[in-house]
Amino acid sequence: MSADSPGLARNMGLATALLAGFSIFGVALVAVTEQVTRERIAANERAYTLRSLDEILPPESRNNEMFTDTITVTDPELLGSDQPVTVYRARLDGRPVAAILRITTPNGYSGPIRLLVGIFDDGRVAGVRVVGHRETPGLGDAIESDRSDWILDFAGRSLGDPPEAGWSVKRDGGVFDQFTGATITPRAVTRAVRDALIYFRTHRDDLFAAPPEEHEP
Amino acid sequence: MSVSNRDVMLDGLWKNNPGLVQLLGLCPLLAVTGTFINGLGLGIATTLVLIGSNLVVSVIRNVVRPEIRIPIFVLVIASLVTAVELGMQAWFHDLYRMLGIFIPLIVTNCAIIGRAEAFASREPPGRAALDGLMMGLGFTGVLVVLGAAREIIGHGTLFAGAEMMFGPAAAQLELSLPGGLLLAVLPPGAFIGLGLLIAAKNVIDARSTRRARRADILATAEPSV
Repeated sequence: MSADSPGLARNMGLATALLAGFSIFGVALVAVTEQVTRERIAANERAYTLRSLDEILPPESRNNEMFTDTITVTDPELLGSDQPVTVYRARLDGRPVAAILRITTPNGYSGPIRLLVGIFDDGRVAGVRVVGHRETPGLGDAIESDRSDWILDFAGRSLGDPPEAGWSVKRDGGVFDQFTGATITPRAVTRAVRDALIYFRTHRDDLFAAPPEEHEP
Repeated sequence: MSVSNRDVMLDGLWKNNPGLVQLLGLCPLLAVTGTFINGLGLGIATTLVLIGSNLVVSVIRNVVRPEIRIPIFVLVIASLVTAVELGMQAWFHDLYRMLGIFIPLIVTNCAIIGRAEAFASREPPGRAALDGLMMGLGFTGVLVVLGAAREIIGHGTLFAGAEMMFGPAAAQLELSLPGGLLLAVLPPGAFIGLGLLIAAKNVIDARSTRRARRADILATAEPSV
């Protein structure tokens, strides 16, 4: 036993050194790659968000830096989660044009559905887009604007059009279509849009008045 | 040097194909093959990791002590996957979004550690890299064929989303075909599709063995005629 000890200790030392060496190699590789790609990735993220914002609100209708003119608000009741919700604010020569809310509804058929809901200053819907979901392909995914025109139906609607009772899918007595074989998905989206409108109605002034939040450089 | 380079190539592409014969990496194989482009994207990412990890493992094969080789392989593979993930995020951002969690999950693709252990840790770097390339291409082939079949049958399209990889001009590549059998895009469709592919490979193999045997018999019979 005592004769083995020096050998064992030497072996353990070697193994430790090897493991440490390769850990450093791995960390170095990842760090270098991160350095090289960081700016491109940030630019991509930005472009991706801007593209979806542009789809809801044409770029010519605003002239502020919408991407950085944001605030975060929290309202578990109306905005679907207790997580803070980002609100992008569009202005034309300083006047409020519209707000785009990045909301998440937990009521999807297979998990949360992430939406961008654009609301004009006067309370009409500018547009709604799905930015992330796990609904059934071929059934629930008709909420994507690439797959069907269903989601475009919201544009121009407001809390008075249809009246509040009509803000649900037809199966629930509302005016919005459901899909064959999928009611839960469109129901969740319709409800989320309606709740966002209600939130906007009560908080409109605060949403545009609050100073933009600091952003990481 | 028991096997020739030709055998290494044949092994990866056909005889010992990771997707059809070794059945390694089934989780990503079944999950991302909803479309041709998704399959191709994951295939290329996996191939890059396989070449890199085989190369590194082979270079360090004489330094690494056997008792700690597995943690070191895992370290090497995880670092490479993270690097590839960052690269995709930078240069193929839309595709990265589409494939999502399956890029980091390449770490857990058994095909990669399997090749490191079974091949790369005993062979020189050149051959290890060749093995990585061929295994990767074999895997990509299965992903692409399964993806294309499920896309055609399920969505009635082919090459949808090509612009995510090849730029905006490639959007015209998308073909519309009659189709739309929902089952094909759902998870059971992936299992059924892979089953049919494996069956097709076995049929082809059985037929070529039969032909080879017949040729053998003819060859041995001829001299006596």
